[in-house]
Amino acid sequence: MDAGLVAEQIAESDQINEPAGALEVGRPRKRKEDARLLTGRTQWTDNITRPGVLHVMFLRSPMAHARITRVDVSGARELPGVVAAFSGQDFAAEQGSLPCAWPVSEDVVIPDHPPMAVSEVRYVGEAVACVIATDRYRAADALEAIDVEYEQLPAVLDMNEALTAESPKVHEAGNKAFSTKITSGDLEAAFRDAPIVIDRTFRQQRLIPTAMEPRAVMADTDGESFTLWSSTQIPHVLRVMLAVVTGIPEHKIRVIAPDVGGGFGSKLQVTAEEVLCLLLARKLGKPVKWTESRSEGNLTVHHGRDQIQHIRLAADADGRIRGLQVALLADMGAYLMLVTPGIPLLGASMFNAIYKMDAYEFACTGVFTTKMPTDAYRGAGRPEATFGIERVMDELAAELRMDPLEVRRRNWIKHDEFPYTTISGLTYDSGNYEAATDKATALFGYDKLRAEQGDRRDRGDPVQLGIGVSTYTEMCGLAPSRMLGEANYGAGGWEHASVRMLPTGKVEVITGTSPHGQGHVTSWSQIAADALGVPFDDVTVLHGDTAIAHKGMDTYGSRSLVIGGIAVLKAAEKVKDKARKLAAHMLECSPDDLEFAAGAFKVRGTDSQRTIQELAFAAFTAHDLPEGVEARLDSDATFDPENYSFPHGTHLCAVEVDTETGMVKIRSYVAVDDIGKVVNPLIVEGQVHGGIAQGIAQALFEEAVYDADGNLLTTTMADYLLPSAADLPTFTLDRTESPATSNPLGVKGVGEAGTIASTPAVVNAIVDALRPHGIHDVEMPCTPERVWRALEGRAQEGARR
Amino acid sequence: MIPAQFEYVRPGSLAEASQALASDEDAKVLAGGQSLLPLLRLRLAYPSTLVDVGRLDELKGVHDRGDHVFIGAMATHDEVMRSDVVNAGCPLVALAAAHVADPAIRHRGTFGGSLAHADPAGDMPAVVLALDGVFVARSARGEREIPAADFFVDYLESSLGPGEILAGVKIPKLGEGWGFHYEKFHRTAQAWAIVGVAAAVKRSNGAIAEARIGLTNMGPTPVRARATESALQGMELGDQIRQACEEAAADTSPPSDLHAQPDFRRHLARVLTHRAVRTAAGTP
Repeated sequence: MDAGLVAEQIAESDQINEPAGALEVGRPRKRKEDARLLTGRTQWTDNITRPGVLHVMFLRSPMAHARITRVDVSGARELPGVVAAFSGQDFAAEQGSLPCAWPVSEDVVIPDHPPMAVSEVRYVGEAVACVIATDRYRAADALEAIDVEYEQLPAVLDMNEALTAESPKVHEAGNKAFSTKITSGDLEAAFRDAPIVIDRTFRQQRLIPTAMEPRAVMADTDGESFTLWSSTQIPHVLRVMLAVVTGIPEHKIRVIAPDVGGGFGSKLQVTAEEVLCLLLARKLGKPVKWTESRSEGNLTVHHGRDQIQHIRLAADADGRIRGLQVALLADMGAYLMLVTPGIPLLGASMFNAIYKMDAYEFACTGVFTTKMPTDAYRGAGRPEATFGIERVMDELAAELRMDPLEVRRRNWIKHDEFPYTTISGLTYDSGNYEAATDKATALFGYDKLRAEQGDRRDRGDPVQLGIGVSTYTEMCGLAPSRMLGEANYGAGGWEHASVRMLPTGKVEVITGTSPHGQGHVTSWSQIAADALGVPFDDVTVLHGDTAIAHKGMDTYGSRSLVIGGIAVLKAAEKVKDKARKLAAHMLECSPDDLEFAAGAFKVRGTDSQRTIQELAFAAFTAHDLPEGVEARLDSDATFDPENYSFPHGTHLCAVEVDTETGMVKIRSYVAVDDIGKVVNPLIVEGQVHGGIAQGIAQALFEEAVYDADGNLLTTTMADYLLPSAADLPTFTLDRTESPATSNPLGVKGVGEAGTIASTPAVVNAIVDALRPHGIHDVEMPCTPERVWRALEGRAQEGARR
Repeated sequence: MIPAQFEYVRPGSLAEASQALASDEDAKVLAGGQSLLPLLRLRLAYPSTLVDVGRLDELKGVHDRGDHVFIGAMATHDEVMRSDVVNAGCPLVALAAAHVADPAIRHRGTFGGSLAHADPAGDMPAVVLALDGVFVARSARGEREIPAADFFVDYLESSLGPGEILAGVKIPKLGEGWGFHYEKFHRTAQAWAIVGVAAAVKRSNGAIAEARIGLTNMGPTPVRARATESALQGMELGDQIRQACEEAAADTSPPSDLHAQPDFRRHLARVLTHRAVRTAAGTP
């Protein structure tokens, strides 16, 4: 290779660099990944295959709770194409127990959780046997030839009943998984003689995370080491956990999360199928693969939410909050999975939200039931908290006959009070609730809509208008390792990145985040391009393979940009530090005489410079390196934040409620979010759109329903309703910008904001429309039938009087 | 899930198809596959053979036959929705076809398939019932005409006999003075109707001369709201229409599912019938 020629080419290509000052961060770049993802030229786990791959299917329990008295797989083994069939008993000695990494309290009960049930099943869908065949069709046929005998045990479905002494037990140790309580201030004093006490119970229905790509796993072995492909959010955590659960040494396991089509928390898990595929590959010495069907997924992807929230709020007559008391029952389902018990506790410090108060208490009891375990689902604990407080704030406003925005204004933290340490002990670094609310009300046409609402009420219009407010905040950027340690979580919250300068001056960013729809390849390219002064298109981003991205804490909890993006920035800065030393050597000056701009180190006051690309090539050839400079500019960095980040915003929703049919139609929706500085506004808009849609879905459409025997009724999309674009309004989006002070980019994260904010905005709007009918709540999802029954119930009461 | 094993045949003629069906009582006709394939994938149906009628040209197309429109069984919902012949001769069918599921399904799913499937939650059965369509079935024994009132026997059960294939449906043209509406009530755009109301109303001198009302998902088969039809006959347009529509749920036995209990469905039938009749009659 002619070093001079290459260097010349690099210098030429450098001339097409954007002019100085045209920063990538802040530009609405179209996503690099989209053309490939949208046209299907991509690598979903199910598309990846290995020579001689065998297909796994699981036989699943049709019973919510039963003792397994006999499993006979011999019928399956005899069928053509079937290579093997196993019961849970066959794996009892090696399958271990699925992990729970968050023992939240001293009293927490973590029951044994065999990946394949051995002696007892505790929810419908729990795996009891498996078939391995040459194709999926034969495997599915063979499942029907497995004979299982069950001795039925009583289902445990209702949390309140589960906690009574008479209740049948899910596990021998009882149905209480844990209980915690946090108190701050004098609650008794706050409630004593309080002129106003609001007392409400809300139900957070159980939801089924529905990622576009179903789960899929493939495992292969060369007889010594193992590779596991999985549609997972957490390849790094998974690798550690697979080693712990199976005893296969960590360095013999490679986990690959190829392109992953959505997760929403549901792929933040160590699943039975992942463990079993790995063990099957070991047992059979062959590659095995499993892809779930949508119905199988509805049964066995961990579920979300499912709380009963009892909330009491004490206020003065002018609307000032004195105290807030929250008591939760949180449905764990049958087992504690990776972070199951921690989910409700992610809301522990968030019920007080953006409001000041004198006293606060949060208590939570985790309850076992014979249902699919719950775990992280977009927002994880924080949507539940936001719903609870924002619904109660509207109830307070109604009690006071005060505008719901006014009651919030009287209680929220003012913008000049930041940083502010809340009653629950978090320190909010920045925010401006006034600015976001003013912008939102102007965009919404708040006063005009209130006037129309009055008109419709006066006219007795069968279609009533309701206005819903949600002034949310959330804690995200999970999480400062120190705080995770205090919460007894089993890992840290840092993130890692590497930046490699290739000989031609192109850049490889290796990230420990694991994107599954978030567009990290694009955003990390923007961050690296700015830091190094290289063109956006010269950066590529590698992720999701533990052999390539060797360190990482993966993607969840709106953490990727706030932690992983900063790690990229820090690694790029280290590259620059190394390059500076080399440039000084080549330009025969002191490093301090160099200034860096537009991708080049320039000797101050001269035209002498070396571009970062030239320096990368010089490091590669290593023909003339100064003392102490190694033959690479590549650098690693790990970032661990000091604090959470606290996005906030004001969402306003107007609904039309048809009082004749109960149908709710969203007429307009305004979201003004403050997520600090923005790297890519287009990606932010996408996140907010999807997030709002998902929150609206909880308010209006989605609910996992179990019948009285513990059978899941919502196993298909005909029963478990997901909204599409046709069911949603046009969202009006805007932003205010209060930069985060906890990281150098000033970013806060946006993955969960829309979901956290929108659910209470919609339900508040529905209740607002129906208040003149004497209605104070409608249980979610607010289906036409529920709205109609609420209206009818009132009518019947009136008739009885 | 993936389906159990089945045989597959794709006959080149209706006679061949009919024979394939007659010789195997567990054989099933495969048309657009939009209802059948989900049943197979969920292993709720285990047909021995699928008889693919996709190559039978005699089942395709929409034809103007003077006093009626003949809609071939294999015409897709999208074709029906866009057909000039349908829009001119029996616009209610086109109106309702636009409400079937989503565009992808409308391009695959067939008019005849959704009728022969006899799902009372489908949109087409109530429409054809309201319009007194006549089903044309063919078999080795020849052709048989079945009035809509006799076609739907029970939930997912039609009166097609062994070896009989639905060739198409004759929809009578109603002539001048008629207005139409299909009122579909569902929670999401792609969902089945919780209740649907197909209304054809003939106006004359400020009154309703005749009304025909078909109800979707108000029983194991599509049903006519006969009591309301009678009450509306000769009624002047005005508030009293609502009164007549209070009878819309009479003699229905609506199902109970996650989306609605029977009492809510009855209530919806009354409200939606009123809306459908008013819209069909052109009164805002």
